Amino acid sequence: VTRLLVAGWAFHRKSLSLSTFFILTSAIQPVIFASIAFYMFRAGGHAPTLLYAAIGAGLMGIWSTTLFGSGGSIQWQRFQGTLELLVAAPVPFVLVLVPLTLATATIGIYSLTATLLWGWLLFDIPLRVVHPLEFAMAVPATVLGLGLLGLVLASSFVLYRHANALANLLEYPVWLATGLLVPLSLLPGWTHPIAWVLAPRCSAARCSRSCSSPISAASAAWPTTPSSWSATRCRPPRWRVSTA
Amino acid sequence: VVGNAVQASAMASIYGMTMGIANERWFGTLPSLLATPANRLALFCGRALPFVANGVLVSAFGFAVGLLLLDFRLAPSALPGLACVVVITVASCTGFGLLLGSIGLRARDVFFISNLFYFLMLLFCGVNVPLDALPGALAAVGRALPLTHGIEAARAVAAGAPLRAVDHLIAQEALVGAAYGVAAYALLRLFEAEGRRRATLETM
Repeated sequence: VTRLLVAGWAFHRKSLSLSTFFILTSAIQPVIFASIAFYMFRAGGHAPTLLYAAIGAGLMGIWSTTLFGSGGSIQWQRFQGTLELLVAAPVPFVLVLVPLTLATATIGIYSLTATLLWGWLLFDIPLRVVHPLEFAMAVPATVLGLGLLGLVLASSFVLYRHANALANLLEYPVWLATGLLVPLSLLPGWTHPIAWVLAPRCSAARCSRSCSSPISAASAAWPTTPSSWSATRCRPPRWRVSTA
Repeated sequence: VVGNAVQASAMASIYGMTMGIANERWFGTLPSLLATPANRLALFCGRALPFVANGVLVSAFGFAVGLLLLDFRLAPSALPGLACVVVITVASCTGFGLLLGSIGLRARDVFFISNLFYFLMLLFCGVNVPLDALPGALAAVGRALPLTHGIEAARAVAAGAPLRAVDHLIAQEALVGAAYGVAAYALLRLFEAEGRRRATLETM
């Protein structure tokens, strides 16, 4: 089983990394949104929140990649005519699907990398990981949590022939409801429970508070997803990023 | 609200028009379409009309949501002018979408291009960031794209300016859209001729 998961994950990660759609979603789109956020903040006199914009846009990319990748995974198989073969294979179908959803979450990490590199290269945001051990634990935990959330999405979309429409529908509202670029405090109170059950919420909300703080250390907490609660009981540790 | 409501129409017009052309190739109906003796200009303009109508509806929905949920205020007297601006902006975006769609006759993955331009237009066209706040080069690119002048005109009209006060912006928007439309038509004819000559209309 482990070999199947690792081989499937590696294959799908490479395959997705060559997809122009996922290159756009995971690397280009977050940088564009980070730039928009940066210019908006600067126009509004909030230039120090650049790190907030970078992390928020990166998390938006992670969500989009997981949503489209996992949500569309079964539909792609159906479209390519391979769904029946995979279902008929002796390996349980869920073990075929899990590596794919984990791979989409892994590709999402490109988003954060892209936006942080974007800030570092173009806007001179100095970054250093204050707690590298926690960081090293948080990244795979995030991938696992989002990957399992992706599995929930994939299995939810299996009966829906127009899953891509549903995925499109879920992209922007989740960005908004989870406080990725707009602080949750600005949203109506009834939206907060929605944020808590969705993956990127914690990181975005805590990033927004810490990154807007006048002190140098900016703390960010990685997502705690319902899927990870139910499936692995893992709660990712905090990940801290510091502006010098 | 104004910038995003107008920009929302770009999704309908750019994606719609791109899909309108590129999907003919994807679904294998392009050769049948191009085998007809129909006038190509009328054919593609006809294909564009539903997307223009859809874009106007999408934009109207955006304004309606802004009015209902976001405390956006719009004087009833501004509605005709705003409608005029939106129609021209959507038509202009459709011209741009036609250009992207025409690339779909040759490029394998045209949706990458349309996705990329859609997101770049969010940055370059003054939807959320004023052009003055952008670096000069980015602002210059924005002025050469559809949507930019339309959004500026729509903001002025929504703020109470008469239509004649923004006629230069409307003219610029129409001119930009027409330029993209002409370029798209030229590319379509070129790729059609090339596809016929090389028998590559259906090559994916």
